[in-house]
Amino acid sequence: MKMNKLIVASALATLMGTTAFADGHADCGPAGQSIRILASDFPAIHAVADAAEEACAGAAGEFTRNHTTEARQIMNAALTPNPSEYTSVIVANSTLTQLMNDGLVRPLNDLIDAHGSNIPDNLKIVVDGNVMAIAFMANSQHLFSRSDILAEAGVDGVPATYDDVIAAAEAIRSAGIMEYPIVMNMQTGWNVGESFNLAFLAHGGQFFEPGTANPTVNSEAGVAALNTLKALTEYAHPDHLTQASNETQALWEAGEAALGIMWGSRGAAILDDEGSTEEVTSNTVLSAAPSVEAGGVPGATLWWDGFTIASNVSDDEAAATFAALASALNPEMVAANNDDAVWLLEGFTPGQAAEGVSATAAAGAAPYPMLPQIGLMHNALGAELADFLQGNESAEDALADVEAAYTTAAKEAGFLQ
Amino acid sequence: MKHRTFFWFILPTLSAMILFIALPIVSVFIQSLYVGHEQVLVVSESCGPFGCTETTSVDLEATEALREEAPLGRFNGAETYLNRSHLAFAEIGVAWAEAETWGSFWNDVRDLPFYRALAFTLTYTAVVTPFVLVLGLAIALGVNTLPRMLKGPSIFVSLLPFLVTPLVGSLILFWMVDGDGVIGATILYLFDDPNLSLKASATLTWTMLIIYGIWHTLPFSFITFYAGLQTVPSDTLEAAKIDGANKWQSMLYVVVPHLMPLVSFVTLMLLMDNFRVFEPIVSFKAEAHATSLSWIIYNDLRESGNPLYGSAGATSILTIIGVIILLTPVLIRTWRDFNRKAH
Repeated sequence: MKMNKLIVASALATLMGTTAFADGHADCGPAGQSIRILASDFPAIHAVADAAEEACAGAAGEFTRNHTTEARQIMNAALTPNPSEYTSVIVANSTLTQLMNDGLVRPLNDLIDAHGSNIPDNLKIVVDGNVMAIAFMANSQHLFSRSDILAEAGVDGVPATYDDVIAAAEAIRSAGIMEYPIVMNMQTGWNVGESFNLAFLAHGGQFFEPGTANPTVNSEAGVAALNTLKALTEYAHPDHLTQASNETQALWEAGEAALGIMWGSRGAAILDDEGSTEEVTSNTVLSAAPSVEAGGVPGATLWWDGFTIASNVSDDEAAATFAALASALNPEMVAANNDDAVWLLEGFTPGQAAEGVSATAAAGAAPYPMLPQIGLMHNALGAELADFLQGNESAEDALADVEAAYTTAAKEAGFLQ
Repeated sequence: MKHRTFFWFILPTLSAMILFIALPIVSVFIQSLYVGHEQVLVVSESCGPFGCTETTSVDLEATEALREEAPLGRFNGAETYLNRSHLAFAEIGVAWAEAETWGSFWNDVRDLPFYRALAFTLTYTAVVTPFVLVLGLAIALGVNTLPRMLKGPSIFVSLLPFLVTPLVGSLILFWMVDGDGVIGATILYLFDDPNLSLKASATLTWTMLIIYGIWHTLPFSFITFYAGLQTVPSDTLEAAKIDGANKWQSMLYVVVPHLMPLVSFVTLMLLMDNFRVFEPIVSFKAEAHATSLSWIIYNDLRESGNPLYGSAGATSILTIIGVIILLTPVLIRTWRDFNRKAH
């Protein structure tokens, strides 16, 4: 009986495999392999995994997916055993370094030769000559503005620089329209660290001495960045140190903010017809992140999301997983999910929700640094900047604290001696 | 009991305690003496959708070789305990030498993560513990005098805060104190100050966390004392009455002394629990104003990308030492009581 089921199942698998093949869609690599994907949990990632599953689950012996917002926390532990729990993790800039630090993802060069002829060069994340991940979508922070409120306050056009944003916020406040027109993700921890990064990069800051792990955030750019942040938060709700994406999006959708520096990936959710009023959605304008001077580097970090293949799996499983995911990156998948993300893939027609990210990238924003010790720096920033933002400490002291906290952690992790 | 019998009697408990309590603590202690391997960095070029940049990455083979050589990491002795993230004696020495007033010295010390956390942890423990003890006893006495019919429902209601998971309970309260929430909006209305925010002020955040702590642990002391009240001997109470003691006197001289062993027990439990305060800080997103020792451990292990096992281990050991110091007076008292009774 069991044997019969097995035969039927494999016959079915072969049949489905061949149909897919006959359609000319998918090269699914070695048949009968196990494909296990760990990924974050948002619509664009689901779209890619869905497409991979649809095309190649038939040919695979097993196709499982774990979508969780906690992916970052479990990925290193899950990939460490041999064979590892997953054959692929869908990562972003920062999580790729986290996996590479422990050698848990494999170079993809051979797999691209065998199964990835459709992948253009700009999607290959190359580190030291090896392709370590295949990117498929982009994200960054950028400016959200309410055109109706700006017009009511007498502000022309959309603010382009930090000074413009602050002037516009002042105009809105003095016109008596809103007391706190600005929203930003300033929650203590990762978010406030990231907000610092934005302003720091806009001011031309550099996190480390090139080629080393020695910190250089306590610099002119660092102080300027903190002063920019402080000036912006004067116009943000006093609770801003507890607000992250979910809260800022809610404030925006409730019509309680007029200028926002938020994630591009929230654009589609804000512009859709759920959770907000026509008045808010029809007047929300997405534009490039503000810069220090007009035409300068936008205060944003560019992020990509892409897939990797685990080191600790058999070559056949790696090939099958790679082929399945590579096959998902096709124009049909993009067309069907066009507004879910800013796709880096062929067939993408940028809609309104993508305008902010596109403009930010076009204006020359820097990618989030892919350095092995950046996580420690980000954590130190997240923990030590709150004192300055509450007015208990000078910018120089806060940055000295950041460097001291980072140095202590980096010594323990072995990046500094 | 003969020594031999006692040994066999205690053996299962003892071995479980060694296995599940003593050995993990020893392993955490050993871990805290080591730090991670040197990371061999190489400069390379990194390219992606947004262009190419020069970057550094970890030389895996070289780092792996170091790892093979010494699997535990590099021996660091007590250095981790003394660094800026923990006891920070060097930084305190500098602050002491440079500070002109107590205030500025205290400011420098509060800038160090361990002492910032310790300040909140101790304040929280010192305020929550007595409040919970006294209020718990008061509620137990109150419920005990209620008519039989009302006892069941009031016990159930008094236990409710305990039934709510800490994380969920604090999240609910967090939303209620929001400017748009029911408590937050009422406070704004009462004080007629639109800028008042419970989440933005350090003092109000501490108050909120402490009130939450009292609310959440009160049922534990209540139910323990209530159970104890059921064992108060009625003949002693009657004797006191005949001797002319009023209600207040018989409570003070009969009931409370009878409950003293329970008071010691509840104090021990509360001190230990409160010293480990953690969940409300995360759910109230209060890290800007209040951190605790447990929160530092969490932050070291979870938020930094590279888990800092040595640092987390050192904080754990320091927490254990803190608990021991706090519990010593209560333990000495219990030991004396025990000896007095034994003789």
